[in-house]
Amino acid sequence: MSILNKATAPNDENNDDGARRGGLPGGPGRKPAAAASAVEKRKNLGLGSFVLLAVGAFVFLFPFYYMFIGSLQTSPDTSVAGAFPNPSNVTGENYTNINNSINLLKGLVNSGIFTGGVIFFTVIFGLLVGYALAQMQFRGKGFVFGMMLLVQMIPFQLLLIPLYVMIVRDYGLADTYLGMILPFAINSTAVFVFRQYFLQLPSTLFEAARIDGASELRILWQIAIPLVKPAIVTAVLLTFIGPWNEFLWPFLVTKDQAIQPLAVSLANYISNVSATASNPFGAILAGACVLAAPAVALFIFFQRQFISTNIGSSVKG
Amino acid sequence: MSLRSADGGAASGQTAGETAGRAPERRPEARKRKNFLGRQPLGLLFSAPYVIYVLAVLAFPLGYAVYISFHDYFFTAPRVKVDRPFVGLDNYITVLTDPAVQRSFANIGVFLVINVPLTVGLSLVLANALNRVTKLRTFFRVSYYVPYVTASVAVVGVWLFLFQQNGLVNELLGPLAPNPSWLVNSWLAMPTVALYVTWKQLGFFILLYLAALQNIPDELYESASVDGGSKWVQFWNITVPGVRSASVLVTLLATITGANLFTEPYLLTGGGGPDGASTSPVFLMYQKGILQGNPDLAAALGVVLVIGVLLIALIQKRLVGGKED
Repeated sequence: MSILNKATAPNDENNDDGARRGGLPGGPGRKPAAAASAVEKRKNLGLGSFVLLAVGAFVFLFPFYYMFIGSLQTSPDTSVAGAFPNPSNVTGENYTNINNSINLLKGLVNSGIFTGGVIFFTVIFGLLVGYALAQMQFRGKGFVFGMMLLVQMIPFQLLLIPLYVMIVRDYGLADTYLGMILPFAINSTAVFVFRQYFLQLPSTLFEAARIDGASELRILWQIAIPLVKPAIVTAVLLTFIGPWNEFLWPFLVTKDQAIQPLAVSLANYISNVSATASNPFGAILAGACVLAAPAVALFIFFQRQFISTNIGSSVKG
Repeated sequence: MSLRSADGGAASGQTAGETAGRAPERRPEARKRKNFLGRQPLGLLFSAPYVIYVLAVLAFPLGYAVYISFHDYFFTAPRVKVDRPFVGLDNYITVLTDPAVQRSFANIGVFLVINVPLTVGLSLVLANALNRVTKLRTFFRVSYYVPYVTASVAVVGVWLFLFQQNGLVNELLGPLAPNPSWLVNSWLAMPTVALYVTWKQLGFFILLYLAALQNIPDELYESASVDGGSKWVQFWNITVPGVRSASVLVTLLATITGANLFTEPYLLTGGGGPDGASTSPVFLMYQKGILQGNPDLAAALGVVLVIGVLLIALIQKRLVGGKED
């Protein structure tokens, strides 16, 4: 698709621009001293940027802080003072209350199984196809590659109804983990990340191993995979966000609370049950904290792996 | 060793060949060293699970959706054969003349008009600032993508708390607070949802722009600086054209996210309220298709929505992509 082509070739385009602009009078290297001061000038601009970024960070983080503060309040305090911790208004009761309505641990376990299943299938089959696309020559390779790119353009809303008909009605997979996992089972973006990383490895490495008589599976397992461990972390992180935060599909597939991921049971609590609770916002925010904490913790811990270049590699090609 | 036994061989390689829709026959008289299935025919076997998965779980339903939208389709017990007559464009006509559907498309229009420019502008400006700052870079980067990696269901809880009638936002605004409040005000419900989604997704788009900014050579800024180009001039003449392909991608992805809107109208405005002022097409698909048992109407709505998104994407690509070669 043309949009994709455009997106896969930013380097070329930038180089074009660079060449064109480099040709303008006053190109690079004309006055080295002035260029050095220009770099300094750019650094001085840091202050304005810094203030802008700090305001941004406040806007992004405040709701999370407020979520936590609110989850500990005995009675909801919506005044400005309520945004600061108040020892006389602190309680853990909201967590007990929400846990009595929806079993938080059960919800977390269900979310974990759903997410874990998707990650499992993505890593196993994604590594296989990613390796094949990068380092093997076989008939139909172009077809598989093209399919992988096109699949990422399929809008999920179009699949919603037929998948519901097939999975819930025809195959009877309602209220099962498999029914939840199936539409997300192999994340094509992760496949793309694997392919990109395998492609960076020198093909002579694999040819040598083949001449030595190693089987393809052994080459993949003992040579290729140990060299692309960062790719696996990146792909797991990318894949994790989808199912852990997904609401619509598990909401359609599960009616039984015993199998609902936490996002679904919390949403049901927000839309149905909370009106009858004594401190509904406290309970909602307590549930929200439990749902948000694992994802936030994971991404803070692995923030090095979730940097722009990795995201970029999955988008740029 | 299990590794060896799983190695497969020609036989399994051929099965995979059939799956990929290629002739499985091996030719003994293959020219030179090149095998008919390629030098590593096992690649077919390695790709097979993915190919089967995509065909069965993604490609087939895509066609099925179109089939459902052209037939009088209803839910039945599994494996019950019923007549589902072809009805032509009936479902499409029913859907497109439904005022609720028209309202939902207008809502998405409002959403996109607010969300897309705001997303592109803010994420580019913030990414550009992030690219220049050295102190606390990691902290900023992480704090920007925290909303993106958090479940919408969780953050919706806080937004409900913040934007309710006597919530913190209205407390701060004092007499300027809208009445009725944000989420129950038919003029403000959709803009609030758009603002929420912008805030939620911005971190991802900042990362995209940050990657694109790495590709702009520093010398461009240096030479512009030598020529006396101000910060503003540099931003417009170097940064913005330099990340144009990323901008095309960001507008496209922001539009797709907008068209997929479901969780927010369902939870934030209590089911697309007030009075349908924040319903989205996907919410109506859920309501019509699954709650009311009209999957044919919902499928038609899905097809219309996707065609709409494709048209918008093409227009955006023209506008944002600028010069076509």
